[in-house]
Amino acid sequence: MTQSAPTKSAGLFGYRLSPVGSIAFLVILFWAVIAIFGPQIAPYPVGKIVDMDYFGPMSAKFWLGSDYLGRDMLSRIILGARYTLGIALAGVLIASTTGVVLGMAAAVVGGWFDTLLSRLMDALISIPSKLFGLVVVAAVGSSLPALILTLAVIYVPGAYRFARALAVNVNTMDFITVARIRGENTLYLAISEILPNIIRPVLADFGLRFVFIVLLLSGLSFLGLGVQPPLADWGALVHENIQGLSLGAAAVIAPSLAIASLTISVNLLIDDLPRKIRDRSA
Amino acid sequence: MNADIASMIGKRLGLSALTLLIVSFAVFVATNLLPGDTATILLGQAATPEAVAGLRQAMHLDDPAVFRFLRWLAGAVTGDFGTSYANNMPIATLIAGRFVNTMELAGLTAVIAVPLALTLGITAAVLRGTLYDRIVAVLTIGVISVPEFVVASTAVLLFAVYLKWLPAISFVNEVHSLTDLLRMYAMPVVTLTFVVSAQIIRMTRAAVIETLSMPYVEMALLKGASRSRIVLRHALPNSLGPIVNALALSLSYLIGGVIIIETIFNYPGIAKLMVDAVATRDLPLIQTCALIFCLGYLILITIADIIAILSNPRLR
Repeated sequence: MTQSAPTKSAGLFGYRLSPVGSIAFLVILFWAVIAIFGPQIAPYPVGKIVDMDYFGPMSAKFWLGSDYLGRDMLSRIILGARYTLGIALAGVLIASTTGVVLGMAAAVVGGWFDTLLSRLMDALISIPSKLFGLVVVAAVGSSLPALILTLAVIYVPGAYRFARALAVNVNTMDFITVARIRGENTLYLAISEILPNIIRPVLADFGLRFVFIVLLLSGLSFLGLGVQPPLADWGALVHENIQGLSLGAAAVIAPSLAIASLTISVNLLIDDLPRKIRDRSA
Repeated sequence: MNADIASMIGKRLGLSALTLLIVSFAVFVATNLLPGDTATILLGQAATPEAVAGLRQAMHLDDPAVFRFLRWLAGAVTGDFGTSYANNMPIATLIAGRFVNTMELAGLTAVIAVPLALTLGITAAVLRGTLYDRIVAVLTIGVISVPEFVVASTAVLLFAVYLKWLPAISFVNEVHSLTDLLRMYAMPVVTLTFVVSAQIIRMTRAAVIETLSMPYVEMALLKGASRSRIVLRHALPNSLGPIVNALALSLSYLIGGVIIIETIFNYPGIAKLMVDAVATRDLPLIQTCALIFCLGYLILITIADIIAILSNPRLR
């Protein structure tokens, strides 16, 4: 379905980004670097109480103030990036891969397999995601692997529906019929004929789903049911310091801004992609 | 022709009922994944093997899971949701008052958010490409891209900390006057209105823009019809179906929003009850709350689908 990329423009994925898109890309890159090199960058040990004052204001010594125990907020946010980005990335990788594999399988195999799988996914999609998260966390607890799997499972149905709708369209094309007549097997059809034709919108969907997972993870952590202390992602940092809200403490505002900058940047970057890639929703 | 519509709606309702069954089963399975034996946990210190066996028998824990599910389902249908593990009260009693509170919060939000958001969404679509449209777009994308608690904290910072217009926390126990009532609902309703309105504005704008790009709108324009006439007489009646559909879908965001908002403002509703129940692992209570939320969500998306069917003129 996707035509070959316009040859004149260069850059990411072969497209030229607008200024807004470039800034968004840089912000994402910035957080990625922070997440990878966190321990080397952080000015103070993450768990150490360094400020005599709690909910300290921003200062030259503590750029983002201190939290409810007097720990350095900047260091905690830098280390928190690892959890927010890492968990969300792991979750979205599992969710999108599973969704795309099942979606292509449903489109290529068709018949009762497709019907059964689609019904099941439709049922799963009608559980509100935050509620799903609450119930599963109540049942299996919130260790990091459990959290990643829960987030992944919640977003598989969406990825499945998206990929299946795309794959069904491609599946009716002549070159697929030709390949079938050639006697190619299902695996070849899915990987070599369908996947290359749906990969770009699937990647855009991957970005959106990453945002959803970051939002849900932050929400769960904010409720105190996500990442558990002593570890803390950005949502958990807001949870810990929420009493400081009435003081207008930087300890609440900074992690909120961190989440917002990440999610808004991903959204803007995807908005900046060419129309024909984005607007493929089912 | 009407028989067609009726059968489609009937099919949709049947599908919803089936979905509800699958969803309630999923909730039941999830809450039964809990490692550890319920009877042992309940008895705590007094967990002698005899007592555990007795309690297991009394709670039918030794029955196959399917039977337990059916028994729970049969109870739920007749209004008997079992008893809470945490304080041994019937769940129906625990929930009744809280349910009313949550419905008040959601209802009040809808009454404010729907007219506000519809106005903004429709005007943004009509004034597409203007500065006004861009400002609305930036604000809605901003609200949609961040978690609800960030919206809530921003609202608290703005209205309670800096402007000092509203109290930061809501209490429902003591309501003596209208001002008390206002103080109690103000922050949660304001925050929820932001969250829900952003969704409605986006979807309404998209629906109206799609209608405005139809050939008959261009025709009206070429005939020389005025802008207000094109919008009010040609575009709006035709986009009513999609708009109402967008409304029902957006209101389902209330459910996710309510969970966060009730927690952050300490509002005594079902969502707060459920979050607390998750913390104490009070499974029957979690099951019931989850079921209520799923039911509300299903009702909303079913209404959206039925409206989509009804508003399709090709089916009439």
